[in-house]
Amino acid sequence: MAMLEVKDIYKAYGNVKILKGVSFTMEKEETKVIIGPSGTGKSTLLRCINQLSPPDKGQVWLDGEEITNPKTNINKFREKIGFVFQDFNLFNHLTAVRNVSIGLEKVKKIEKEAAQTRAMQELTRVGLEAQANQYPAQLSGGQKQRVGIARALAMDPDVILFDEPTSALDPELIGDVLDVMKSLCGKVAMLVVTHEMGFARNVADEIIFMEGGVIVEQGSPKEMFTNAKLARTREFLGRIGALYGEEETGG
Amino acid sequence: MALETLIESLPSLFDGLLITLLLTAVGILLGTSLGIVLATGRSYASRPLAYFILIYEKVLRGIPLLVLFFLIYFGLPQIGINFNAFTAAVLGLGLRSSAYQAQIYRGAINSIPEGQIHAAYSLGMSKLKAIRHVIMPQMLRLSIPGWSNEFTILLKDTSLAFGIGVIELMRQGRYIQVRDPDLVLVVFLLIALIFFLLVFTANKILRYVEKKYQMAGYQAEAHR
Amino acid sequence: MATDFGQFFLSSLPNLLNGLGYTLLLTFVSIAVGFFLGIVLALGRVYGNKIVNGFCVGYIELIRGTPLLVQLFIIYFGLPSVGIIFSPLQAALIGLAINSGAYQAEYLRGSIQSVESGQMTAARSLGMNKLQSIQHVILPQALRISIPAWSNEFIYLLQYSSIAYIIQVAELTAEGKFIAAHTFRYLEVFAMIAVIYLILTIVSTEIMDRIAKHLSIPGIGAAKRVSLRDI
Repeated sequence: MAMLEVKDIYKAYGNVKILKGVSFTMEKEETKVIIGPSGTGKSTLLRCINQLSPPDKGQVWLDGEEITNPKTNINKFREKIGFVFQDFNLFNHLTAVRNVSIGLEKVKKIEKEAAQTRAMQELTRVGLEAQANQYPAQLSGGQKQRVGIARALAMDPDVILFDEPTSALDPELIGDVLDVMKSLCGKVAMLVVTHEMGFARNVADEIIFMEGGVIVEQGSPKEMFTNAKLARTREFLGRIGALYGEEETGG
Repeated sequence: MALETLIESLPSLFDGLLITLLLTAVGILLGTSLGIVLATGRSYASRPLAYFILIYEKVLRGIPLLVLFFLIYFGLPQIGINFNAFTAAVLGLGLRSSAYQAQIYRGAINSIPEGQIHAAYSLGMSKLKAIRHVIMPQMLRLSIPGWSNEFTILLKDTSLAFGIGVIELMRQGRYIQVRDPDLVLVVFLLIALIFFLLVFTANKILRYVEKKYQMAGYQAEAHR
Repeated sequence: MATDFGQFFLSSLPNLLNGLGYTLLLTFVSIAVGFFLGIVLALGRVYGNKIVNGFCVGYIELIRGTPLLVQLFIIYFGLPSVGIIFSPLQAALIGLAINSGAYQAEYLRGSIQSVESGQMTAARSLGMNKLQSIQHVILPQALRISIPAWSNEFIYLLQYSSIAYIIQVAELTAEGKFIAAHTFRYLEVFAMIAVIYLILTIVSTEIMDRIAKHLSIPGIGAAKRVSLRDI
């Protein structure tokens, strides 16, 4: 069985059907990017996976266990699924390093000093060692997001879900965050919802194109960008590609 | 001379002051602890419980403090519950304050962005843990201005305990007036001054605390 | 038992209505007088020179820093010793009005200051003098912003009018005490009184909400922040 299996997810808000049967799988250390027009349920899908927004129908399996089963303790699974938010959602009352360590201390019950050490490691990994004792309000958007990534990494998740991680950032700060994400490739599974086509093209193992609450097409970047099967896919990639341009591949 | 009699009255005023301070301290303690429970309950508990809390708050904010005092001190004995005047006053002050404080804490909780609790959940925190480690610390800091306001209101409201015979500052003042009618204006001006100094000092201290615990860069809400 | 209570209620009604009349009188008069006092003080705070400002601040801080009961005692018990004598009702009205004026001044000041400074500039550049600008541009907006605070003040006065009982005004609470002292049915009487105050509070809140809605202008007053979340 694949590490992460998403089967037939349906989700509606009131009368509006957002997800209409989405299925896919992910393997360990794989990088998958989900692209598609806004409002097609990409973010909702991520929130269905870690049950922040439980799906109406469908199942999610992680490491062979069914998360969507009402009997499972969802908190245990959330330790294994990291989440990076579009709006960062750093804990405002805690410093950067405390933001990263609090999950270790209170959820994984790691002793305070060990948690602190590990937190500093992760902060260093994302290049924010010097900002460890600053509060979120004192950090730039890009810095906040990198702390968010460090916070997710510290929990040693099987997979990290990225919900449009750079959409709320000024253009010049996007690069730093994408660099951090690139450095994680192959080290931890990443499911990324984004409009950053350069990232999708250069970094993803597989690209999923979603529209209207369903997966329209999926394939390797090469297949999708140069040889997409469906006209709609080619149309979207062509437009978006022109809009966002090629991303600099640095490092 | 008038001044001599005034000085002779000072000890009894001091006694009154102590009672006033005691009423304030116990009253605010009751109001704060109950207020936090109520606010958390309204925001996070089940529907029926939240509704019950809503009713409680509406009732306690909708009747005058004096009437509440009378209900507790004169009314309850008729069904067998007897409190002395001081306890009745503390209960009235505390219960009423809890209803107002619940509003403050709820406002604070509501001004915490929803994303905070999502992030807490994403780390695997249970609802209880998320409330304890992420919501509560922020809620308390955001509540400081509102709490300070409520504190000074309670301090001044202790004067109403006069109405059920508690021998706090006001009643001591009245006793002095009865003993020495010439002193009446001076005594009550003096009592006004004492209250003013208490309120002034409390505000200064609380503003210092507010500044100290402000989350760096975070905008605290301006209060009434 | 229910009929017995009903009987009791009906026989108390004349007294209660009497008291209610005084309660409403106290509330309405003091909020009205307090309003005008508050506006004067608020304008003095915002637009006055150093002396005017200082005087207003002093007044506001003194009144807000001392309990209402102390103020009433000074007026009712204290002033006679220097020859100024008021009846209980007069003393209560004066005390509540003076008290309310200070509190209303504070939130009116806040409202005036939250009207954007550009409004005053625009008014002046049209040729209005300061007074006209205040009257025709600033105050209409400030008053609308104040409506929620003003409703609170009304409720506050409604409840605190009960303090007048202590200086022997025969308002609702005093009547209650009177009836209770004669019938010994303390719990029932005060429960009735409490319910009456509750009804008054709920009804006034409802009425003022309606008035607020009627007077509201889009964009003035509490801004509702709508977040469009990307689904």
